[in-house]
Amino acid sequence: MKGLGEIAAGLAAGALQPTRLLEGCLEKISALDGKLHAFLRLTEPEARAAAGAADGRRAAREPLSAIDGVPVALKDIFCMEGVETTCGSRILQGYLPPYDATVVARLKAAGAVIVGKLNMDEFAMGSSTENSAYGPTRNPWDLLRTPGGSSGGSAAAVAAGLVLGSLGTDTGGSIRQPASLCGCVGLKPTYGRVSRFGVIAFASSLDQVGPLSNDVRGVALLLQSIAGRDDRDQTSSARPVPVYDDQIEQPVRGLTLGVPAELFGDGLDPEVERAVRAAIARLEEDGCKLKSISLPNATHAIAAYYLIATAEASSNLARYDGVRFGRRAEGGSLLEMYEATRAEGFGAEVKRRIMLGTYALSAGYYDAYYLRAQKVRALIHRDFEQAFALGVDAVVSPTCPTTAFKLGEKADDPLAMYLSDVYTVPANLAGLPGVSVPCGFDGKGLPIGVQLIGRPFEEGTLLRLARTAERGREVRTPEGF
Amino acid sequence: MAIDRAQVRHVARLARLRLSAEEEERYSAQLGVVLGYLERLAAVDVNGIEPLTFAGDEGGSLREDVPRPGLSREQALLAAPQHDGQSFLLPRIIE
Repeated sequence: MKGLGEIAAGLAAGALQPTRLLEGCLEKISALDGKLHAFLRLTEPEARAAAGAADGRRAAREPLSAIDGVPVALKDIFCMEGVETTCGSRILQGYLPPYDATVVARLKAAGAVIVGKLNMDEFAMGSSTENSAYGPTRNPWDLLRTPGGSSGGSAAAVAAGLVLGSLGTDTGGSIRQPASLCGCVGLKPTYGRVSRFGVIAFASSLDQVGPLSNDVRGVALLLQSIAGRDDRDQTSSARPVPVYDDQIEQPVRGLTLGVPAELFGDGLDPEVERAVRAAIARLEEDGCKLKSISLPNATHAIAAYYLIATAEASSNLARYDGVRFGRRAEGGSLLEMYEATRAEGFGAEVKRRIMLGTYALSAGYYDAYYLRAQKVRALIHRDFEQAFALGVDAVVSPTCPTTAFKLGEKADDPLAMYLSDVYTVPANLAGLPGVSVPCGFDGKGLPIGVQLIGRPFEEGTLLRLARTAERGREVRTPEGF
Repeated sequence: MAIDRAQVRHVARLARLRLSAEEEERYSAQLGVVLGYLERLAAVDVNGIEPLTFAGDEGGSLREDVPRPGLSREQALLAAPQHDGQSFLLPRIIE
């Protein structure tokens, strides 16, 4: 199977045609997505029109960008004008956004062909895509296992070759963890690198948009098309966006990798550890220096995260009240309408998190929970700053303590599910960029990912390391796809 | 850390969620387990540490405060469960 980066090169050389690429994807989706349930809906008419236009530009040698004519798909958290956007929730069933999210507008402006909307945990709350109101997505490497989450559809669709790239969001690991469990590349950019305008909010101090693809170049090209300041998102950064495609081919010689004991801790599967350590050894052979570091507060990250993220979610999700959009339960007083609408519209995990966040913010508990969590977050941030001050260019660890788990395995144990994000959450709390790159398979044939966390706005350095880590490994296609 | 059903009911009311008796029971148990785990933060020494509300670019960036077109009334009402072409409609709150 070819990655997005290779396909982009084929398009540039005139060897491939956008409409043919699209028809190939649509055939594959129609034949195989019944097994996966990665897609919630297709946007075939729009995609055909976009691919036709891209054919013309390619033939005239006037592409809009390197991804002009490339078929991609979107996690169902991104508003797309006139296309149903549910965020995996019943409460938004039938919702037709009146505008495009900035990242969707930017993908369109770059000529990308948007094929459809992908499954996800409801409101991005989950690590297995089992919390979708529309049924779970399956892992293409083993259909009895989860693809991870919350961007499970985004990772499964890419890993199975149904599309060449996708966008996801990452609040506590929701791009990197499914990328790791499905064996593709997934990047969470620095907080502020990509606009969130038109992206349905979960936890606003943590949410970030990022790309998934089967190769690092594909991730670099997608990031290029979506990164940069947006006047409609005050948290988006005005820092210039470098040319990532140039940066990824630079040598890694002389870069320093920090190896933190805390991110190789309890619960780490020995097969995962072996593959990750081997990937680190290969980077060392390529000229990286290794340094043992300590992130002493990273062990508190999950606890701080589940207070901060749920508190912010309880506030963000207050907007689903049956008034301006989404479903409304009829009958009774205004208060009864609110309570019934939300009772019917939200699933169990979303309710659980709204309850936890509301509790943590309620009178008498704010200082003990929310405020304390924000202080612990400051300590976690400081740990990373100290590592970077010692000359560390990237912190390296497993992305996830295990390979893909079985559907239903953690469904009744919220805490066990939360601990699946133990290595990914620290980067969100500290606002840092992180990438997961495939680095091998376990004895069951399930993919393993290595995570690299970088300095703020150093996505180029991370992708350069990721490119080196993937070199010499071909993109494998799961059996049956 | 236990959280009893009366507390669950109080929090559900604050969050505008109607819970069934079965849900109250379940959330009381599950939130207790999660809060028990979160208790570990109490052991972290945070003396003199300023809270970090978000880790972004220093200062943020504000644009000029000039009016520009937003959604039209028709677009804004398009997804509403009930409207009269002018406003969102709600159950009556004043008799």
